[in-house]
Amino acid sequence: MTDVTHLVELLTVLVLAIFVGFEVISKVPTTLHTPLMSATNAIHGIVLAGAIVVTAALFSEAHSAALTILAVAAVTLGAINVFGGFAVTQRMLQMFRRREGPK
Amino acid sequence: MSVAIDFADLVAISLFIYGLHELNSPATARRGNTLAMIGMLIALVGIIVRTGAVGWPAVAAGIAIGAFVGIYAAAKVKMTAMPQMVALYNGAGGGAVALIATVEFYAKSGGAFALDPVVAVSLALSAIIGAISFAGSIIAFLKLQEVMTGRPVTYPGQQAVNAAVLLAIAGLAGWFVATLGVLPAWGFDLLIIAALLLGVLFVLPIGGADMPVVISLLNSFTGVSVAIAGFELDSTLLIICGALVGASGTILTVAMSRAMNRPLTNVLFGAFGATGGMEVASSGGPQQIRSTSADDVAVMLAYASKVIFVPGYGMAVAQAQHSVKALADQLEKRGVKVLYAIHPVAGRMPGHMNVLLAEANVPYNQLLDMEDANPEFPTADVALVIGANDVTNPAARTVASSPIYGMPILDVDKAANVVVLKRSMRSGFAGIENPLYELPNTSMLFGDAKASVDELTAAVKAL
Repeated sequence: MTDVTHLVELLTVLVLAIFVGFEVISKVPTTLHTPLMSATNAIHGIVLAGAIVVTAALFSEAHSAALTILAVAAVTLGAINVFGGFAVTQRMLQMFRRREGPK
Repeated sequence: MSVAIDFADLVAISLFIYGLHELNSPATARRGNTLAMIGMLIALVGIIVRTGAVGWPAVAAGIAIGAFVGIYAAAKVKMTAMPQMVALYNGAGGGAVALIATVEFYAKSGGAFALDPVVAVSLALSAIIGAISFAGSIIAFLKLQEVMTGRPVTYPGQQAVNAAVLLAIAGLAGWFVATLGVLPAWGFDLLIIAALLLGVLFVLPIGGADMPVVISLLNSFTGVSVAIAGFELDSTLLIICGALVGASGTILTVAMSRAMNRPLTNVLFGAFGATGGMEVASSGGPQQIRSTSADDVAVMLAYASKVIFVPGYGMAVAQAQHSVKALADQLEKRGVKVLYAIHPVAGRMPGHMNVLLAEANVPYNQLLDMEDANPEFPTADVALVIGANDVTNPAARTVASSPIYGMPILDVDKAANVVVLKRSMRSGFAGIENPLYELPNTSMLFGDAKASVDELTAAVKAL
Protein backbone atom coordinates (compact mmCIF):
# COMPACT_ATOMS: atom_id res chain seq x y z
CA MET A 1 0.00 0.00 0.00
CA THR A 2 0.95 3.61 -0.19
CA ASP A 3 4.06 4.58 1.68
CA VAL A 4 2.84 7.75 3.37
CA THR A 5 6.30 8.92 4.40
CA HIS A 6 7.47 8.70 0.81
CA LEU A 7 4.37 10.56 -0.41
CA VAL A 8 5.04 13.38 2.05
CA GLU A 9 8.65 13.53 0.82
CA LEU A 10 7.45 13.89 -2.76
CA LEU A 11 4.93 16.56 -1.75
CA THR A 12 7.69 18.46 0.07
CA VAL A 13 9.80 18.41 -3.08
CA LEU A 14 6.77 19.58 -5.11
CA VAL A 15 6.03 22.54 -2.87
CA LEU A 16 9.66 23.63 -2.68
CA ALA A 17 9.98 23.41 -6.48
CA ILE A 18 6.88 25.60 -6.88
CA PHE A 19 8.44 28.26 -4.64
CA VAL A 20 11.73 28.08 -6.53
CA GLY A 21 9.77 28.45 -9.79
CA PHE A 22 8.06 31.61 -8.59
CA GLU A 23 11.28 33.11 -7.26
CA VAL A 24 13.61 32.33 -10.12
CA ILE A 25 11.22 33.51 -12.81
CA SER A 26 9.25 36.42 -11.45
CA LYS A 27 12.03 38.91 -12.23
CA VAL A 28 12.20 38.34 -16.00
CA PRO A 29 11.68 41.53 -18.07
CA THR A 30 8.93 41.65 -20.75
CA THR A 31 11.59 41.47 -23.44
CA LEU A 32 12.36 37.91 -22.48
CA HIS A 33 8.83 36.67 -21.85
CA THR A 34 8.50 34.83 -25.16
CA PRO A 35 11.93 33.16 -24.97
CA LEU A 36 11.23 32.33 -21.33
CA MET A 37 7.92 30.71 -22.15
CA SER A 38 9.66 28.75 -24.87
CA ALA A 39 12.49 27.68 -22.54
CA THR A 40 10.11 26.52 -19.80
CA ASN A 41 8.16 24.75 -22.52
CA ALA A 42 11.34 22.86 -23.43
CA ILE A 43 12.03 22.03 -19.78
CA HIS A 44 8.67 20.31 -19.32
CA GLY A 45 9.88 18.17 -22.20
CA ILE A 46 11.49 16.21 -19.36
CA VAL A 47 8.32 14.17 -19.78
CA LEU A 48 10.46 12.37 -22.37
CA ALA A 49 12.29 10.80 -19.42
CA GLY A 50 8.95 9.51 -18.16
CA ALA A 51 8.09 8.14 -21.60
CA ILE A 52 11.45 6.31 -21.75
CA VAL A 53 10.86 4.74 -18.32
CA VAL A 54 7.37 3.57 -19.31
CA THR A 55 8.58 2.15 -22.62
CA ALA A 56 11.45 0.30 -20.95
CA ALA A 57 9.09 -1.12 -18.30
CA LEU A 58 6.79 -2.30 -21.08
CA PHE A 59 9.62 -4.12 -22.84
CA SER A 60 10.77 -5.90 -19.68
CA GLU A 61 7.53 -7.92 -19.59
CA ALA A 62 5.00 -9.34 -22.03
CA HIS A 63 3.33 -6.51 -23.89
CA SER A 64 0.89 -5.94 -26.74
CA ALA A 65 1.78 -4.27 -30.00
CA ALA A 66 -0.85 -1.58 -29.47
CA LEU A 67 0.68 -0.52 -26.15
CA THR A 68 4.15 -0.49 -27.72
CA ILE A 69 2.90 1.89 -30.38
CA LEU A 70 1.37 4.19 -27.77
CA ALA A 71 4.59 4.15 -25.71
CA VAL A 72 6.77 4.94 -28.72
CA ALA A 73 4.32 7.70 -29.67
CA ALA A 74 4.78 9.14 -26.16
CA VAL A 75 8.58 9.04 -26.62
CA THR A 76 8.22 10.74 -30.02
CA LEU A 77 5.97 13.52 -28.69
CA GLY A 78 8.28 14.02 -25.70
CA ALA A 79 11.27 14.27 -28.03
CA ILE A 80 9.45 16.83 -30.21
CA ASN A 81 8.77 18.84 -27.05
CA VAL A 82 12.41 18.74 -25.88
CA PHE A 83 14.32 19.17 -29.13
CA GLY A 84 11.83 21.51 -30.82
CA GLY A 85 11.42 23.56 -27.65
CA PHE A 86 15.14 24.13 -27.15
CA ALA A 87 15.74 24.74 -30.87
CA VAL A 88 13.04 27.42 -31.06
CA THR A 89 14.32 29.06 -27.87
CA GLN A 90 17.85 29.05 -29.24
CA ARG A 91 16.62 30.71 -32.44
CA MET A 92 14.77 33.40 -30.51
CA LEU A 93 17.79 34.09 -28.32
CA GLN A 94 20.09 34.19 -31.35
CA MET A 95 18.48 37.57 -31.94
CA PHE A 96 19.84 38.86 -28.66
CA ARG A 97 23.45 38.15 -29.49
CA ARG A 98 25.45 41.34 -29.60
CA ARG A 99 27.02 41.25 -33.02
CA GLU A 100 30.69 42.22 -33.05
CA GLY A 101 31.05 45.25 -35.28
CA PRO A 102 34.13 45.74 -37.49
CA LYS A 103 36.95 47.31 -35.54
CA MET B 1 25.34 3.15 -9.89
CA SER B 2 21.90 4.22 -8.75
CA VAL B 3 23.45 6.89 -6.53
CA ALA B 4 25.42 8.24 -9.50
CA ILE B 5 22.20 8.58 -11.51
CA ASP B 6 20.40 10.30 -8.65
CA PHE B 7 23.34 12.67 -8.53
CA ALA B 8 23.02 13.24 -12.29
CA ASP B 9 19.37 14.21 -11.70
CA LEU B 10 20.49 16.69 -9.06
CA VAL B 11 23.00 18.24 -11.46
CA ALA B 12 20.36 18.43 -14.21
CA ILE B 13 17.82 20.09 -11.91
CA SER B 14 20.41 22.60 -10.72
CA LEU B 15 21.24 23.42 -14.34
CA PHE B 16 17.55 23.96 -15.14
CA ILE B 17 17.09 26.34 -12.21
CA TYR B 18 20.33 28.22 -12.83
CA GLY B 19 19.53 28.34 -16.56
CA LEU B 20 16.14 29.91 -15.85
CA HIS B 21 17.90 32.39 -13.57
CA GLU B 22 20.24 33.34 -16.42
CA LEU B 23 17.20 33.87 -18.67
CA ASN B 24 16.37 36.89 -16.49
CA SER B 25 18.69 39.13 -18.47
CA PRO B 26 19.23 39.54 -22.22
CA ALA B 27 22.99 39.46 -21.71
CA THR B 28 23.02 35.97 -20.17
CA ALA B 29 19.86 34.49 -21.68
CA ARG B 30 21.62 32.43 -24.33
CA ARG B 31 23.93 30.89 -21.77
CA GLY B 32 20.86 30.12 -19.66
CA ASN B 33 19.26 28.17 -22.47
CA THR B 34 22.52 26.31 -23.17
CA LEU B 35 22.79 25.32 -19.50
CA ALA B 36 19.22 24.04 -19.55
CA MET B 37 20.04 22.01 -22.68
CA ILE B 38 23.07 20.46 -20.97
CA GLY B 39 20.86 19.68 -17.97
CA MET B 40 18.35 17.95 -20.24
CA LEU B 41 21.10 15.88 -21.88
CA ILE B 42 22.42 14.77 -18.48
CA ALA B 43 18.92 13.89 -17.26
CA LEU B 44 18.07 11.89 -20.37
CA VAL B 45 21.36 9.95 -20.41
CA GLY B 46 20.80 9.21 -16.71
CA ILE B 47 17.32 7.85 -17.42
CA ILE B 48 18.50 5.64 -20.28
CA VAL B 49 21.27 4.20 -18.08
CA ARG B 50 18.77 3.68 -15.25
CA THR B 51 16.41 1.70 -17.47
CA GLY B 52 19.35 -0.42 -18.64
CA ALA B 53 18.47 0.69 -22.18
CA VAL B 54 15.71 -1.95 -22.23
CA GLY B 55 13.68 -1.66 -25.42
CA TRP B 56 16.29 0.69 -26.83
CA PRO B 57 15.42 0.24 -30.51
CA ALA B 58 11.90 1.51 -29.84
CA VAL B 59 13.13 4.34 -27.61
CA ALA B 60 15.83 5.35 -30.07
CA ALA B 61 13.37 5.34 -32.96
CA GLY B 62 10.94 7.56 -31.04
CA ILE B 63 13.67 10.00 -30.03
CA ALA B 64 15.12 10.13 -33.54
CA ILE B 65 11.76 10.87 -35.16
CA GLY B 66 10.82 13.43 -32.51
CA ALA B 67 14.19 15.16 -32.58
CA PHE B 68 14.15 15.36 -36.38
CA VAL B 69 10.60 16.74 -36.55
CA GLY B 70 11.16 19.20 -33.69
CA ILE B 71 14.51 20.56 -34.85
CA TYR B 72 13.51 20.66 -38.51
CA ALA B 73 10.29 22.58 -37.79
CA ALA B 74 12.10 24.95 -35.42
CA ALA B 75 14.72 25.73 -38.06
CA LYS B 76 12.21 26.24 -40.86
CA VAL B 77 9.59 28.30 -39.05
CA LYS B 78 9.44 32.04 -39.69
CA MET B 79 10.09 34.34 -36.72
CA THR B 80 6.48 35.52 -36.98
CA ALA B 81 5.18 31.99 -36.49
CA MET B 82 7.12 31.38 -33.25
CA PRO B 83 4.06 31.67 -30.97
CA GLN B 84 2.20 28.86 -32.70
CA MET B 85 5.34 26.70 -32.69
CA VAL B 86 5.52 27.10 -28.92
CA ALA B 87 1.85 26.07 -28.81
CA LEU B 88 2.56 23.00 -30.92
CA TYR B 89 5.57 21.83 -28.89
CA ASN B 90 3.61 22.42 -25.73
CA GLY B 91 0.80 20.28 -27.13
CA ALA B 92 3.32 17.51 -27.84
CA GLY B 93 4.36 17.55 -24.17
CA GLY B 94 0.74 17.36 -23.02
CA GLY B 95 0.08 14.53 -25.47
CA ALA B 96 3.08 12.60 -24.13
CA VAL B 97 1.74 12.91 -20.57
CA ALA B 98 -1.70 11.62 -21.62
CA LEU B 99 -0.13 8.71 -23.54
CA ILE B 100 2.08 7.77 -20.59
CA ALA B 101 -1.02 7.63 -18.38
CA THR B 102 -2.80 5.50 -20.97
CA VAL B 103 0.09 3.02 -21.27
CA GLU B 104 0.43 2.88 -17.48
CA PHE B 105 -3.27 2.15 -17.07
CA TYR B 106 -3.36 -0.63 -19.64
CA ALA B 107 -0.02 -2.15 -18.57
CA LYS B 108 -0.63 -2.08 -14.81
CA SER B 109 -4.36 -2.47 -14.43
CA GLY B 110 -6.33 -2.62 -17.66
CA GLY B 111 -9.34 -2.36 -15.41
CA ALA B 112 -8.61 -5.73 -13.75
CA PHE B 113 -6.18 -4.89 -10.93
CA ALA B 114 -6.39 -2.19 -8.28
CA LEU B 115 -3.75 0.52 -8.51
CA ASP B 116 -1.91 2.12 -5.62
CA PRO B 117 -4.10 5.08 -4.51
CA VAL B 118 -1.39 7.65 -5.27
CA VAL B 119 -0.89 6.14 -8.72
CA ALA B 120 -4.65 6.06 -9.37
CA VAL B 121 -5.16 9.71 -8.47
CA SER B 122 -2.09 10.99 -10.30
CA LEU B 123 -2.78 8.80 -13.33
CA ALA B 124 -6.32 10.17 -13.74
CA LEU B 125 -5.28 13.79 -13.14
CA SER B 126 -2.26 13.72 -15.45
CA ALA B 127 -4.33 12.04 -18.18
CA ILE B 128 -7.00 14.73 -17.94
CA ILE B 129 -4.71 17.76 -17.81
CA GLY B 130 -2.33 16.36 -20.43
CA ALA B 131 -5.18 15.67 -22.85
CA ILE B 132 -6.71 19.15 -22.31
CA SER B 133 -3.32 20.73 -22.93
CA PHE B 134 -2.76 18.64 -26.07
CA ALA B 135 -6.12 19.38 -27.69
CA GLY B 136 -6.19 23.03 -26.57
CA SER B 137 -2.69 23.65 -27.95
CA ILE B 138 -3.62 22.17 -31.32
CA ILE B 139 -6.64 24.50 -31.55
CA ALA B 140 -4.47 27.48 -30.50
CA PHE B 141 -1.99 26.51 -33.23
CA LEU B 142 -4.74 26.22 -35.87
CA LYS B 143 -6.14 29.62 -34.86
CA LEU B 144 -2.79 31.43 -34.95
CA GLN B 145 -1.77 29.70 -38.18
CA GLU B 146 -5.12 30.90 -39.55
CA VAL B 147 -6.03 27.40 -40.69
CA MET B 148 -9.25 28.08 -38.83
CA THR B 149 -10.80 31.42 -37.93
CA GLY B 150 -9.04 33.45 -35.26
CA ARG B 151 -12.41 34.82 -34.18
CA PRO B 152 -14.20 33.46 -31.16
CA VAL B 153 -16.38 30.49 -32.09
CA THR B 154 -19.60 30.70 -30.14
CA TYR B 155 -22.94 28.94 -30.26
CA PRO B 156 -26.04 28.94 -28.10
CA GLY B 157 -25.77 26.86 -24.96
CA GLN B 158 -21.97 26.85 -25.11
CA GLN B 159 -21.49 27.31 -21.38
CA ALA B 160 -23.97 24.51 -20.69
CA VAL B 161 -22.14 22.14 -23.06
CA ASN B 162 -18.78 22.96 -21.45
CA ALA B 163 -20.25 22.46 -17.99
CA ALA B 164 -21.68 19.11 -19.06
CA VAL B 165 -18.30 17.92 -20.39
CA LEU B 166 -16.58 19.12 -17.23
CA LEU B 167 -19.13 17.27 -15.13
CA ALA B 168 -18.64 14.10 -17.18
CA ILE B 169 -14.87 14.35 -16.62
CA ALA B 170 -15.36 14.83 -12.89
CA GLY B 171 -17.75 11.86 -12.77
CA LEU B 172 -15.47 9.53 -14.75
CA ALA B 173 -12.39 10.60 -12.77
CA GLY B 174 -14.31 10.05 -9.52
CA TRP B 175 -15.30 6.58 -10.70
CA PHE B 176 -11.69 5.79 -11.66
CA VAL B 177 -10.25 6.92 -8.35
CA ALA B 178 -12.99 5.37 -6.21
CA THR B 179 -12.41 1.96 -7.82
CA LEU B 180 -8.61 2.43 -7.96
CA GLY B 181 -8.78 1.79 -11.68
CA VAL B 182 -10.89 -1.37 -11.48
CA LEU B 183 -13.52 -0.46 -14.05
CA PRO B 184 -14.41 -1.36 -17.64
CA ALA B 185 -11.59 -0.03 -19.84
CA TRP B 186 -14.03 2.12 -21.80
CA GLY B 187 -14.44 4.21 -18.63
CA PHE B 188 -10.80 5.27 -18.93
CA ASP B 189 -11.01 5.74 -22.70
CA LEU B 190 -14.08 7.91 -22.27
CA LEU B 191 -12.23 10.00 -19.68
CA ILE B 192 -9.43 10.71 -22.19
CA ILE B 193 -11.93 11.53 -24.95
CA ALA B 194 -13.91 13.87 -22.69
CA ALA B 195 -10.69 15.67 -21.67
CA LEU B 196 -9.63 16.07 -25.32
CA LEU B 197 -13.09 17.45 -26.08
CA LEU B 198 -12.85 19.92 -23.20
CA GLY B 199 -9.47 21.13 -24.52
CA VAL B 200 -11.05 21.88 -27.90
CA LEU B 201 -14.20 23.47 -26.45
CA PHE B 202 -12.22 25.60 -24.03
CA VAL B 203 -10.01 27.26 -26.66
CA LEU B 204 -12.64 27.58 -29.44
CA PRO B 205 -14.52 30.56 -27.97
CA ILE B 206 -11.32 32.49 -27.23
CA GLY B 207 -10.39 35.13 -29.80
CA GLY B 208 -6.97 35.54 -31.37
CA ALA B 209 -6.18 38.63 -29.29
CA ASP B 210 -6.29 36.57 -26.13
CA MET B 211 -4.29 33.66 -27.59
CA PRO B 212 -0.96 34.58 -25.89
CA VAL B 213 -2.66 34.25 -22.51
CA VAL B 214 -4.08 30.89 -23.53
CA ILE B 215 -0.75 29.51 -24.76
CA SER B 216 0.89 30.62 -21.54
CA LEU B 217 -1.88 28.98 -19.54
CA LEU B 218 -1.59 25.74 -21.52
CA ASN B 219 2.18 25.79 -21.01
CA SER B 220 1.50 26.00 -17.31
CA PHE B 221 -1.04 23.14 -17.60
CA THR B 222 1.50 20.89 -19.25
CA GLY B 223 3.97 21.71 -16.47
CA VAL B 224 1.40 20.74 -13.86
CA SER B 225 0.54 17.53 -15.72
CA VAL B 226 4.24 16.60 -15.88
CA ALA B 227 4.57 17.21 -12.13
CA ILE B 228 1.57 14.95 -11.48
CA ALA B 229 3.02 12.32 -13.83
CA GLY B 230 6.06 12.49 -11.55
CA PHE B 231 3.89 11.12 -8.72
CA GLU B 232 2.53 8.43 -11.04
CA LEU B 233 6.06 7.31 -12.01
CA ASP B 234 7.67 8.12 -8.64
CA SER B 235 10.14 10.54 -10.22
CA THR B 236 11.36 13.64 -8.36
CA LEU B 237 12.93 14.79 -11.62
CA LEU B 238 9.51 15.09 -13.28
CA ILE B 239 7.92 16.58 -10.16
CA ILE B 240 10.52 19.34 -9.88
CA CYS B 241 10.67 20.24 -13.57
CA GLY B 242 6.88 20.17 -13.91
CA ALA B 243 6.42 22.34 -10.83
CA LEU B 244 9.01 24.85 -12.06
CA VAL B 245 7.16 25.23 -15.35
CA GLY B 246 3.74 25.24 -13.72
CA ALA B 247 4.85 28.12 -11.47
CA SER B 248 6.44 30.12 -14.29
CA GLY B 249 3.51 29.60 -16.64
CA THR B 250 1.15 30.87 -13.95
CA ILE B 251 3.24 34.00 -13.41
CA LEU B 252 3.38 34.73 -17.13
CA THR B 253 -0.35 34.15 -17.54
CA VAL B 254 -1.20 36.50 -14.70
CA ALA B 255 1.24 39.13 -15.98
CA MET B 256 -0.35 39.02 -19.42
CA SER B 257 -3.92 39.21 -18.17
CA ARG B 258 -2.91 42.13 -15.99
CA ALA B 259 -1.35 43.94 -18.96
CA MET B 260 -4.66 43.60 -20.79
CA ASN B 261 -6.62 44.51 -17.68
CA ARG B 262 -8.80 41.48 -18.30
CA PRO B 263 -9.39 39.10 -15.42
CA LEU B 264 -8.42 35.59 -16.43
CA THR B 265 -12.02 34.47 -16.05
CA ASN B 266 -13.06 37.00 -18.74
CA VAL B 267 -10.40 35.74 -21.10
CA LEU B 268 -11.51 32.17 -20.63
CA PHE B 269 -15.25 32.58 -20.51
CA GLY B 270 -15.95 35.93 -22.15
CA ALA B 271 -15.67 35.32 -25.96
CA PHE B 272 -13.77 38.50 -26.84
CA GLY B 273 -15.45 40.83 -29.34
CA ALA B 274 -18.17 38.36 -30.20
CA THR B 275 -21.13 40.61 -29.50
CA GLY B 276 -20.31 44.12 -28.26
CA GLY B 277 -17.55 44.68 -30.78
CA MET B 278 -19.78 44.06 -33.75
CA GLU B 279 -22.30 46.62 -32.52
CA VAL B 280 -19.63 49.28 -32.14
CA ALA B 281 -18.40 48.53 -35.62
CA SER B 282 -21.77 48.76 -37.31
CA SER B 283 -23.03 51.85 -35.50
CA GLY B 284 -20.16 54.09 -36.61
CA GLY B 285 -20.89 54.09 -40.33
CA PRO B 286 -18.01 54.67 -42.75
CA GLN B 287 -15.05 56.16 -40.92
CA GLN B 288 -13.79 59.61 -41.87
CA ILE B 289 -10.10 59.07 -42.46
CA ARG B 290 -7.26 60.97 -44.07
CA SER B 291 -4.90 59.12 -46.36
CA THR B 292 -1.40 60.45 -46.96
CA SER B 293 1.69 59.77 -49.10
CA ALA B 294 5.16 58.51 -48.21
CA ASP B 295 6.75 61.81 -49.27
CA ASP B 296 4.56 63.85 -46.91
CA VAL B 297 5.30 61.53 -44.01
CA ALA B 298 9.03 61.57 -44.81
CA VAL B 299 9.12 65.35 -44.44
CA MET B 300 7.18 65.16 -41.21
CA LEU B 301 9.62 62.58 -39.82
CA ALA B 302 12.83 64.18 -41.05
CA TYR B 303 12.09 67.53 -39.43
CA ALA B 304 10.78 66.13 -36.18
CA SER B 305 12.85 66.18 -33.03
CA LYS B 306 11.30 63.09 -31.46
CA VAL B 307 9.64 60.20 -33.25
CA ILE B 308 8.14 57.17 -31.52
CA PHE B 309 7.69 53.95 -33.49
CA VAL B 310 4.79 51.77 -32.37
CA PRO B 311 5.25 48.32 -33.89
CA GLY B 312 2.54 45.67 -33.93
CA TYR B 313 1.60 42.43 -35.59
CA GLY B 314 1.59 44.11 -39.03
CA MET B 315 5.33 44.68 -38.70
CA ALA B 316 5.86 41.04 -37.81
CA VAL B 317 3.76 39.75 -40.71
CA ALA B 318 5.55 41.97 -43.22
CA GLN B 319 8.98 41.06 -41.72
CA ALA B 320 9.57 44.81 -41.67
CA GLN B 321 11.89 44.96 -38.63
CA HIS B 322 15.07 45.46 -40.70
CA SER B 323 13.37 48.15 -42.78
CA VAL B 324 12.21 49.85 -39.60
CA LYS B 325 15.77 49.85 -38.27
CA ALA B 326 17.01 51.30 -41.59
CA LEU B 327 14.45 54.11 -41.34
CA ALA B 328 15.47 54.78 -37.74
CA ASP B 329 19.14 54.96 -38.81
CA GLN B 330 18.29 57.53 -41.50
CA LEU B 331 16.33 59.63 -39.02
CA GLU B 332 19.04 59.43 -36.36
CA LYS B 333 21.57 60.55 -38.94
CA ARG B 334 19.49 63.70 -39.22
CA GLY B 335 19.48 64.18 -35.46
CA VAL B 336 15.96 62.87 -34.82
CA LYS B 337 15.49 61.05 -31.53
CA VAL B 338 13.90 57.67 -32.25
CA LEU B 339 12.16 55.56 -29.61
CA TYR B 340 10.12 52.38 -29.82
CA ALA B 341 7.00 51.94 -27.72
CA ILE B 342 6.23 48.29 -27.03
CA HIS B 343 2.83 47.35 -25.70
CA PRO B 344 2.98 44.23 -23.52
CA VAL B 345 0.67 42.33 -25.86
CA ALA B 346 1.73 43.88 -29.19
CA GLY B 347 2.09 41.14 -31.77
CA ARG B 348 0.82 37.87 -30.49
CA MET B 349 3.09 37.15 -27.56
CA PRO B 350 4.64 39.34 -24.89
CA GLY B 351 8.14 40.16 -26.04
CA HIS B 352 7.29 39.29 -29.67
CA MET B 353 8.20 42.79 -30.87
CA ASN B 354 11.35 42.88 -28.75
CA VAL B 355 12.59 39.67 -30.32
CA LEU B 356 11.99 40.94 -33.85
CA LEU B 357 13.57 44.35 -33.19
CA ALA B 358 16.53 42.75 -31.45
CA GLU B 359 16.99 40.67 -34.60
CA ALA B 360 17.32 43.96 -36.49
CA ASN B 361 19.92 45.19 -33.95
CA VAL B 362 17.76 47.88 -32.37
CA PRO B 363 19.50 48.90 -29.11
CA TYR B 364 17.66 47.79 -25.93
CA ASN B 365 17.63 51.28 -24.46
CA GLN B 366 15.43 52.55 -27.30
CA LEU B 367 12.74 49.99 -26.53
CA LEU B 368 10.29 51.41 -24.03
CA ASP B 369 7.58 49.39 -22.37
CA MET B 370 4.15 50.88 -21.89
CA GLU B 371 4.75 52.64 -18.55
CA ASP B 372 7.87 54.37 -19.86
CA ALA B 373 6.50 55.10 -23.34
CA ASN B 374 3.23 56.80 -22.43
CA PRO B 375 4.80 59.88 -20.78
CA GLU B 376 6.88 60.34 -23.95
CA PHE B 377 3.94 60.68 -26.37
CA PRO B 378 2.80 64.22 -25.41
CA THR B 379 6.27 65.56 -26.29
CA ALA B 380 6.66 63.49 -29.47
CA ASP B 381 6.27 65.12 -32.85
CA VAL B 382 5.25 61.95 -34.62
CA ALA B 383 3.96 58.59 -33.48
CA LEU B 384 4.50 56.16 -36.33
CA VAL B 385 2.19 53.20 -35.85
CA ILE B 386 3.54 50.23 -37.82
CA GLY B 387 0.86 47.59 -38.08
CA ALA B 388 -0.42 47.94 -34.52
CA ASN B 389 -4.13 48.39 -34.00
CA ASP B 390 -5.99 47.30 -30.87
CA VAL B 391 -3.15 48.32 -28.53
CA THR B 392 -3.50 51.94 -29.73
CA ASN B 393 -7.30 52.08 -29.66
CA PRO B 394 -8.44 55.05 -27.55
CA ALA B 395 -11.86 53.44 -27.23
CA ALA B 396 -10.26 51.32 -24.50
CA ARG B 397 -10.09 54.51 -22.39
CA THR B 398 -13.43 56.08 -23.19
CA VAL B 399 -16.06 53.77 -24.65
CA ALA B 400 -17.44 51.70 -21.80
CA SER B 401 -19.33 49.43 -24.20
CA SER B 402 -16.18 48.49 -26.11
CA PRO B 403 -14.99 44.93 -25.58
CA ILE B 404 -11.49 46.21 -24.89
CA TYR B 405 -12.67 48.90 -22.46
CA GLY B 406 -10.23 49.19 -19.57
CA MET B 407 -7.28 47.62 -21.39
CA PRO B 408 -4.23 49.87 -20.92
CA ILE B 409 -3.16 51.25 -24.30
CA LEU B 410 -0.30 53.23 -25.77
CA ASP B 411 -1.38 56.89 -25.82
CA VAL B 412 -0.34 57.49 -29.43
CA ASP B 413 -3.18 59.98 -29.90
CA LYS B 414 -1.37 62.36 -27.50
CA ALA B 415 1.47 62.83 -29.99
CA ALA B 416 1.37 65.95 -32.21
CA ASN B 417 0.96 63.79 -35.30
CA VAL B 418 0.00 60.18 -35.72
CA VAL B 419 0.82 58.26 -38.86
CA VAL B 420 -0.66 54.80 -39.17
CA LEU B 421 0.88 52.30 -41.57
CA LYS B 422 -1.78 49.75 -42.35
CA ARG B 423 -2.64 47.32 -45.10
CA SER B 424 -6.32 48.22 -45.24
CA MET B 425 -9.13 49.46 -43.04
CA ARG B 426 -9.72 45.94 -41.79
CA SER B 427 -10.19 45.87 -38.06
CA GLY B 428 -7.60 44.37 -35.74
CA PHE B 429 -7.49 41.03 -34.02
CA ALA B 430 -10.18 41.96 -31.54
CA GLY B 431 -12.50 42.72 -34.48
CA ILE B 432 -13.39 46.25 -33.43
CA GLU B 433 -13.08 49.65 -35.08
CA ASN B 434 -10.37 52.08 -34.01
CA PRO B 435 -11.52 55.72 -33.53
CA LEU B 436 -7.83 56.73 -33.56
CA TYR B 437 -8.00 56.74 -37.36
CA GLU B 438 -10.66 59.46 -37.37
CA LEU B 439 -8.76 61.93 -35.19
CA PRO B 440 -7.74 65.19 -36.90
CA ASN B 441 -4.03 64.64 -36.12
CA THR B 442 -4.03 61.13 -37.62
CA SER B 443 -3.19 60.26 -41.19
CA MET B 444 -3.09 56.86 -42.80
CA LEU B 445 -0.46 55.42 -45.09
CA PHE B 446 -1.90 52.31 -46.70
CA GLY B 447 0.19 49.39 -47.90
CA ASP B 448 2.33 46.51 -46.73
CA ALA B 449 4.32 47.63 -43.69
CA LYS B 450 7.70 46.69 -45.19
CA ALA B 451 6.99 48.36 -48.53
CA SER B 452 5.73 51.53 -46.81
CA VAL B 453 8.71 51.76 -44.46
CA ASP B 454 11.14 51.20 -47.35
CA GLU B 455 9.40 53.98 -49.27
CA LEU B 456 9.70 56.26 -46.25
CA THR B 457 13.41 55.47 -45.89
CA ALA B 458 14.02 56.25 -49.55
CA ALA B 459 12.03 59.47 -49.29
CA VAL B 460 13.93 60.61 -46.18
CA LYS B 461 17.24 59.82 -47.88
CA ALA B 462 16.21 61.88 -50.91
CA LEU B 463 15.41 64.99 -48.83
